[in-house]
Amino acid sequence: MSSEDLQDTNTEKRFEFKKEEKSAFEAEKGLTEETIRVISEDKDEPEWMLERRLRALEQFKEMPMPDDWPAAPDLSEVDVDQIVPYIRPDIETRGGVDDWNDLPEEIQDTFDKLGIPEAEKNALSGVGAQYESEIVYQNMQERWEEKGVIFCDMDKAVQEHPEIVREYFMTKAVPPSDNKFAALHGAIWSGGSFVYVPEDTTVDMPVQAYFRMNSDGMGQFEHTLIVAEEGSEVHYIEGCSAPKYSEFNLHSGGVEVFVKEGAHVQYSTVQNWSKNTYNLNTKRAIAEADATMEWVSGSMGSKATMLYPSTVLKGPGATDNHITIAFAGEGQDIDTGAKVYHNAPDTKSTIESKSISKDGGRTNYRGLVHMADGATDSSTSVECDALMFDNDSTSDTMPYMEIQEQNVDVAHEATVGKIGDEDVFYLQSRGLDDDDAKQMIVAGFIEPITEELPIEYAVELNRLIELEMEGSLG
Amino acid sequence: MATLEIDNLHAEVAEEGGETILRGVELEVGSNEIHALMGPNGSGKSTLAKVIAGHPAYEVTEGAVRLHLDGDEFEELAEADEDELSWNLLDLEPNERAALGIFLGFQYPAEIEGVTMVNFLRTALNAKLEEREELFEDEEDEEEETDATNEDAAGYDTSPMEGPADEGDVGVAEFQQILQEKMEQLDMDESFASRYLNAGFSGGEKKQNEVLQAAVLEPEIAVLDEIDSGLDIDRLQDVSNGINALRDEQGAGILQITHYQRILDYVEPDHVHVMLDGQVATSGGPELAEKLEDEGYDWVREEAVEAA
Repeated sequence: MSSEDLQDTNTEKRFEFKKEEKSAFEAEKGLTEETIRVISEDKDEPEWMLERRLRALEQFKEMPMPDDWPAAPDLSEVDVDQIVPYIRPDIETRGGVDDWNDLPEEIQDTFDKLGIPEAEKNALSGVGAQYESEIVYQNMQERWEEKGVIFCDMDKAVQEHPEIVREYFMTKAVPPSDNKFAALHGAIWSGGSFVYVPEDTTVDMPVQAYFRMNSDGMGQFEHTLIVAEEGSEVHYIEGCSAPKYSEFNLHSGGVEVFVKEGAHVQYSTVQNWSKNTYNLNTKRAIAEADATMEWVSGSMGSKATMLYPSTVLKGPGATDNHITIAFAGEGQDIDTGAKVYHNAPDTKSTIESKSISKDGGRTNYRGLVHMADGATDSSTSVECDALMFDNDSTSDTMPYMEIQEQNVDVAHEATVGKIGDEDVFYLQSRGLDDDDAKQMIVAGFIEPITEELPIEYAVELNRLIELEMEGSLG
Repeated sequence: MATLEIDNLHAEVAEEGGETILRGVELEVGSNEIHALMGPNGSGKSTLAKVIAGHPAYEVTEGAVRLHLDGDEFEELAEADEDELSWNLLDLEPNERAALGIFLGFQYPAEIEGVTMVNFLRTALNAKLEEREELFEDEEDEEEETDATNEDAAGYDTSPMEGPADEGDVGVAEFQQILQEKMEQLDMDESFASRYLNAGFSGGEKKQNEVLQAAVLEPEIAVLDEIDSGLDIDRLQDVSNGINALRDEQGAGILQITHYQRILDYVEPDHVHVMLDGQVATSGGPELAEKLEDEGYDWVREEAVEAA
């Protein structure tokens, strides 16, 4: 793929195209024990994983929908009996191929349009691409492999690294009992990434994965497990997108990050879901002593998003930083935020949340900071900025603070503003037209996010927002 | 050469029952001229400045604001007819006015977080050049232009924060050179270029920044709204040097709105006008400013009443 193609301004075209569905195996609609068994068998999974799935299914059935929260997004349309939980793309090689050219042409073409190989050409250290439910392409630079870094598809990890997966998979960070969609995820998860970084190893280029939902009325349930051993460092980045279909889609991913003593993990994501997707994820990190966890996320698209990446600061001196941005246009309800549990002394967290709403869209910051008894000398700072385009759009801020310790420092600041006419006029008086002026103000508003991302993602995020602002993205 | 001609301009606040602020302003500013516009608070000076630039908060109810350009100076106009070189600015968007060479220096410029000076100014300069081309084109060329624009817009080569490298006539490296020169002229620290637009700038820095922007965008007519207020003496000199350079080096016409004689010691006006109750009540040479400094505005008011 040439760089001109990558830079094709018609991003709409790049995201909206659909492929003829051609899958090797498609689970029946709906969720039964039988379905789970079929998925597990098709993946040739060990017994313990099947047992975990079945237990999660039980929990899913027992748990209520999270619809009793104050001002929660409307999930009444989400009917798991109507989703196809698992589609395996038609490729010969299980667990993905490691040579791009071995992929079926249609899948190559899809990812070509999304610019994935281009990103890889730009010397990122590893790339995984998931199409529907399974990783179809995985590549990791040899020099990292030699150091013992593992980056592979989650299904493959179950086969090849069962000792690690068995220990961490939905046992400590995101148990299925966490919430209804975590339970759903535990039952029918498929694909995703596994990243393991050995002690004192620094992977100094981002490891990245791209998830693509292509079929109508399907669910995507990828699981990402990152284990960063003591003193190691890694930046994992994922991008997601789905075209628009008439039925609803469900995305319910699970992310678990283990940041061991003194380790540093940055998890970045730029998501652009089609506007019929319900994006309901559970993401949690556990940070040991002196570890640093950073979440950077841009949430675009979707009909409704409920996403609150959380970090448990378990060891003394652990640090957590959240930077999130949400964009809601017409008919969208983007409910995102962050959760931090300060469970040890000298822990520190910062949350910077930015949201943009226009044409009647709603954004909500829903956050929780918990200061446990004994979390002495810990501090947190929460900053929420909302930018609105018009009087039809809404933005709410719901920060919860649970403070059980006296000796802590807690700061919260929220600002809500409309794009200022004076600001726009100022830029216009310098020669920018109305659209470009607004575009520039928004680009400035989200700059703290784009600054944290590798260039391809920063460009893409800006492009997406530009398209959202023109209202041309379906 | 350019002339800004304000003719019987009436304007009110653009809301129902909005107050009438301008009541028949007559004024003409040409290239290479410095006009000082003085007058008590509330007389309509800032409103006039904003109306010239096209601020949406005001509605023009009568009169015209015309800009005449001289073909000799513009290659693209060399063969144009006389009447094609005149625009009624009131028909144009603020950015189109900017493209024709109107610059408004703000008393309270906006602060835009996350947008670096260098990115902003280069984008503005290129937008101005592109818009200008379109304004000077006749209709036949328009279709062609649309195609070309689509092609131009293809993608970013650099960080989106730095702006698309391939968009516009002036590239990143070339622009950095231009900006550096202008900043040196104004005795500005080079860190200015990478700071966010006016964010966290002191009052003085903001004023200096307004003059810097004028220097980069090279307007035909610069309307500077109380650009001298809140400046210490050193900064006042820097800003004044910048304003003089706009005229002396670029041949701009300047409409300098001010309360004080002080800046006029450094920026010597060719003409001084006094605004009262939405009109230009009297005009004169530099000596008029001195008289105002000594005697205030009351005598102007009395004369105006007598004349009426």
